[in-house]
Amino acid sequence: MIALRHKTAQSAFIICFMVFLPAYASGESAPSGIHWAFVKPQRPSTPPISNTKWPCNDIDRFVLKQIEDSSLQPSVETGARTLIRRLHFDLTGLPPTPADISAFENDSKADLDSALEKLVDRLLSSPHFGEKWARWWMDLAHYGDSDGYLTDQLRPVAWRWRQWVVEAFNRNLPFDRFTIEQLAGDLLPGATTQQRIATGFLRNTLSNREGGADLEEFRVLQVKDRTSTLGTVWLGLTLQCAECHDHKHDPFPQEEFYRLYAFFNNADELNINAPLPGESGKSAPAKIAYDRKRHELLEPVSDRLEALQKRWEAKLLDTENNPGRDHHWDRELELLGLIWGGNLGEGQLEGLNILSKPWTQRTPIESARLQDYFLRKGSRIDEKKFKELRIDELVEQLGELETNLPPITRAPTIVKHHVYRPTHLHTRGNFRRPGKEMQPATPGALHPLQSQGTPNRLALARWVISADNPLAARVVVNRLWQEIFGRALVITPDDFGIRGARPSHPGLLDWLATEFIRRDWDTKAMLRLMVTSATYRQSASLTPASLARDPDNVLLTRYTRQRLSAELVRDNALAVSGLLNRRIGGPSVRPPQPESVIKESFSGKWEVSEGPDRHRRGLYTFIQRSAPFAQSVTFDFPDNTRPCTRRIHSNTPLQALSLLNDPVFFEAAQALAARLLQEGSPSTHERLYRAFFLCLARAPLPSETARLEKYLAAQTDILRNAPEEANAMAGKPIEGLHPPVQAAWVGVASILLNLDEFVTKQ
Amino acid sequence: MTMDRNTLGQIQSRRRFLEQTACGLGGMALWQLMADDTGLKAHFAPRAKNVIFLFMPGGPSQLDLLDPKPAMKKHHGQPVPRHMLDNLDDGLIRGSARVFASPRTFKQHGQSGMPFSDYLPHLGRIADDICLVRSMHTNVPNHTPGQLLMNCGQQIFGHPSMGSWVTYGLGSENRNLPGFVVMTSNSGSGIDAGTANWSNGFLPPEYRGITFRASGDPVLNLSNPRGISATSQRARLDAMHDLNRQQLAKIGDPEIASRMASYEMAFRMQSAAPELLDFSGETKATREMYGLDNDITRAFGTNCLLARRMIERGVRFVQLYHSTWDDHSNLNTKLKQNCDMTDRGTAALVLDLKQRGLLDDTLVIWGGEFGRTPMNEVRRGNTPGKEGRDHHPFAFSMWLAGGGVKAGHIIGATDELGYHITRDPIHVHDLQATILHCLGLDHHKLVYNRNGLDERLTSVFEARVIKEIMK
Repeated sequence: MIALRHKTAQSAFIICFMVFLPAYASGESAPSGIHWAFVKPQRPSTPPISNTKWPCNDIDRFVLKQIEDSSLQPSVETGARTLIRRLHFDLTGLPPTPADISAFENDSKADLDSALEKLVDRLLSSPHFGEKWARWWMDLAHYGDSDGYLTDQLRPVAWRWRQWVVEAFNRNLPFDRFTIEQLAGDLLPGATTQQRIATGFLRNTLSNREGGADLEEFRVLQVKDRTSTLGTVWLGLTLQCAECHDHKHDPFPQEEFYRLYAFFNNADELNINAPLPGESGKSAPAKIAYDRKRHELLEPVSDRLEALQKRWEAKLLDTENNPGRDHHWDRELELLGLIWGGNLGEGQLEGLNILSKPWTQRTPIESARLQDYFLRKGSRIDEKKFKELRIDELVEQLGELETNLPPITRAPTIVKHHVYRPTHLHTRGNFRRPGKEMQPATPGALHPLQSQGTPNRLALARWVISADNPLAARVVVNRLWQEIFGRALVITPDDFGIRGARPSHPGLLDWLATEFIRRDWDTKAMLRLMVTSATYRQSASLTPASLARDPDNVLLTRYTRQRLSAELVRDNALAVSGLLNRRIGGPSVRPPQPESVIKESFSGKWEVSEGPDRHRRGLYTFIQRSAPFAQSVTFDFPDNTRPCTRRIHSNTPLQALSLLNDPVFFEAAQALAARLLQEGSPSTHERLYRAFFLCLARAPLPSETARLEKYLAAQTDILRNAPEEANAMAGKPIEGLHPPVQAAWVGVASILLNLDEFVTKQ
Repeated sequence: MTMDRNTLGQIQSRRRFLEQTACGLGGMALWQLMADDTGLKAHFAPRAKNVIFLFMPGGPSQLDLLDPKPAMKKHHGQPVPRHMLDNLDDGLIRGSARVFASPRTFKQHGQSGMPFSDYLPHLGRIADDICLVRSMHTNVPNHTPGQLLMNCGQQIFGHPSMGSWVTYGLGSENRNLPGFVVMTSNSGSGIDAGTANWSNGFLPPEYRGITFRASGDPVLNLSNPRGISATSQRARLDAMHDLNRQQLAKIGDPEIASRMASYEMAFRMQSAAPELLDFSGETKATREMYGLDNDITRAFGTNCLLARRMIERGVRFVQLYHSTWDDHSNLNTKLKQNCDMTDRGTAALVLDLKQRGLLDDTLVIWGGEFGRTPMNEVRRGNTPGKEGRDHHPFAFSMWLAGGGVKAGHIIGATDELGYHITRDPIHVHDLQATILHCLGLDHHKLVYNRNGLDERLTSVFEARVIKEIMK
């Protein structure tokens, strides 16, 4: 390991070693021979502590126990202002307003605990709560608005699932149901449209629509992605290691990967009509009329059409079984899988799936859809007949009919394959080398799946979030903890296996996991526990001694400062400057970005959103997988082709350039300056005071005010002699204000938006 | 105990802190730390210090450029002989396709007598400087996986690019520029695998390839907003530092110092990058050599000249992308267009590096993710005059120059149609192992532990350093 050659790295290695080894020294021992994470967590009793005044809830007892065992002290409680900013970012991802701050300060003067309860209540019920936590979940689902591979076609309705997630967090859908609906909502008895939309979770896999791509190969890749995503997200396991061979470290033979794979091998992609509010009222009568007219139009030739289509289908099915005989028909078959619903984000193989169903088993929608495709693309079967029957005219008339049909917004979902699709082991991971047949089953090292007959995806979903699962609750609370505290209790959130890290606080992890189950998977309750703990309320200040002793704050003797995520850096600047459009939900938007960036994508297209859509929150920014939004990438937006269990928070010169010079951040600086100059008191002092409250939720120190006053004076002087610069810098002129003054305030605003403190939760 | 990305991140943050507190705040930043690490990490004496990879997405036709097959004439219009297709597992190459003899003429160049197509008149000038490999092969016939395999060692997303691995292993020698730079040009289409080609994958983000652009801002947001002069940028920074410093004193988090250092580095980059782009010091002869005064050759030529200037300034890994060579139809026209755009700049780059004594230390690589079929593509029903070739993973050509590889030398050979390799097959992973080897890195030892697996560029696959390519 290269990094180990550094002396400092070696000492860090030793620190890590010392911290992790005693994982089970404090009483909780795993049954011998079984890896700790595979044993169901038992509710630990809270440990005895000396300083009984410090804890606010049971979390703190576990934390304090280890602090005291190391003869350390927790940090002091942070001030109300710091706390409210921290809470706002953690629960809603948006900064508090000056009014929020003073209200909380007033409340907390009487009783901090009850003020905090009230504030946390307010934030947990804010509609922005769902936005903040949806993005957290989108990282795991590896959400994207395009296909990913070559041509990277658009998925204009992918957002339907995102919307479902935002709403699910807002209504605090218990995490077990949250899980079941996303993995198998379609299989629930009487599944609602919303429950089917939830399965869009499984639609975040990539699609390959490149000519010549083996359709089965890429379907298999999707199934493998779904299987390993389940492993990462709910089990914290690296099951994908067992795709080609037995897992090298954990007790998962290769066969078990394919048993799990078998559940998803029977899942197909299908887009459904999922009308938005207001859409269905208009469309239902229109649809009846459409169906009638369609029938009238096709009726006269229906027998001949059917005969022709059956010939076409027979030819395609024959080609499927005998490829390589006629390249024209190879291509016809391939096209059906490549172009079906392209750029509409429809399931690529929907057409082929319908084709493989006997006519009598097709639903009317399926029949109509394949017929539509056949009429438009099927002429190779008999060009003469196509002319005879004037199919091109029919297609034109059908097209006209469709234009009168009010659109219904569709949604990507998952349904079960119409017949049972058998699964074989892939020898060395190669789908072209099938091994023995595998029945759907869950890994033997984990709790058993109870089922009568062959278990389906719903049984799998129930199994994964069962209270008997030793992993799910631990894995999820670990990631909630990581999002709040900046460092997970198990610092390998994607690997709870034998080679993963040991928990820094095993008792706390198990307490949280059992508490999550005890509270019926109430996510908001778990977050409330975390953010009202004394652990959370500590100051972030550190000293050289505390830094040297515990540089990563493993023992939680302070609050760990964290740079805001890519989306929140931008949201924050837009919010404090007043530019943010707080509209919740809807399709993805494309904020402006430089032409040169756009050209890096395959399509080279990025239709910039206009008006208020330029300033939506970051989670709504369109994710073109082949060229993700450049500014987000600069701030460590994750690879969206696989689950991201932990964001990186790097610190690079490109981030500095972005905050200093990126048009959107400078626009925010101009807007913030205008806001300061137009609202409130005209005194420089008070304007600075307000600026600090807006941006940093605190009052400036006298030395800070002095420094900025000095900057203002000097800049105003310089800009007086550079009117062009002053005008350009100031932006939209404010009546009655000298441009040099306005411009100097833009400078001040921009300084604040660039401060480390501004982009940091502390 | 395993070292994973979390642990590494912690080590880096501590390393940053310790080095910063020891050195004060004189503008330390990650890239600078990387620069300071130079020379620490090579596994053995390197042959090359830097790499320039001219990557040609889409798959240029080796049969019309670098691997002449006169015998194709007698098969023209005929099916490929049956024995060539035995046991082939390939979705693209259908048995019904017919051989399409290259319409190109080939001429021998240099002392080595290396034959190149009439579409590459300039390449002839460096015939005696390059080592041509005619026996490359890869695993996949599709662009995205193929490009990922060539650049990142695996045909799936999420793995670090070669440039990321190299800067991770060796650091950079320039404190004001990134260590891994990417430049793009095209003849109308983008790059199939997009920015994933220069992704840092699971390596820390500072190893990501940074896109440099010849027009507009060379680096994203490099220029100040309108109205902000260099002086007022400095004034902004100074005030910012003073406020940050107060926070640092109060909070004590070394990350604050680190952020200040990043801002200083950014500021220096604001002058270093324009200096890099300022060609006023280049002679007229140089400009002409790279074709900067010609509309067709300018874009790629500029990137080539920039590549040389970056190498001079210690940038470790420069990668040029020129897309796309995916000539399924109209091969004659489209291939010529790309050759016209890139041939001059390519030759100029090698000649220029050589005349400046930089070629010995710089490994130049040219090639795409796969080659093209000996047959006219039939899936799209190409008619005479509009012929094109499909993707061909079984045999294709690339070339290398400088950096300790043989000059004026040809490795490998293919059968009479160029369908299969007949001598010295070289897999993509072999090439990658060889590139690392030239840089003094052992591909088995340049590892990053993730989920208990020592990840490497060549992954878990067998790879062979191509010793016979070395001088």
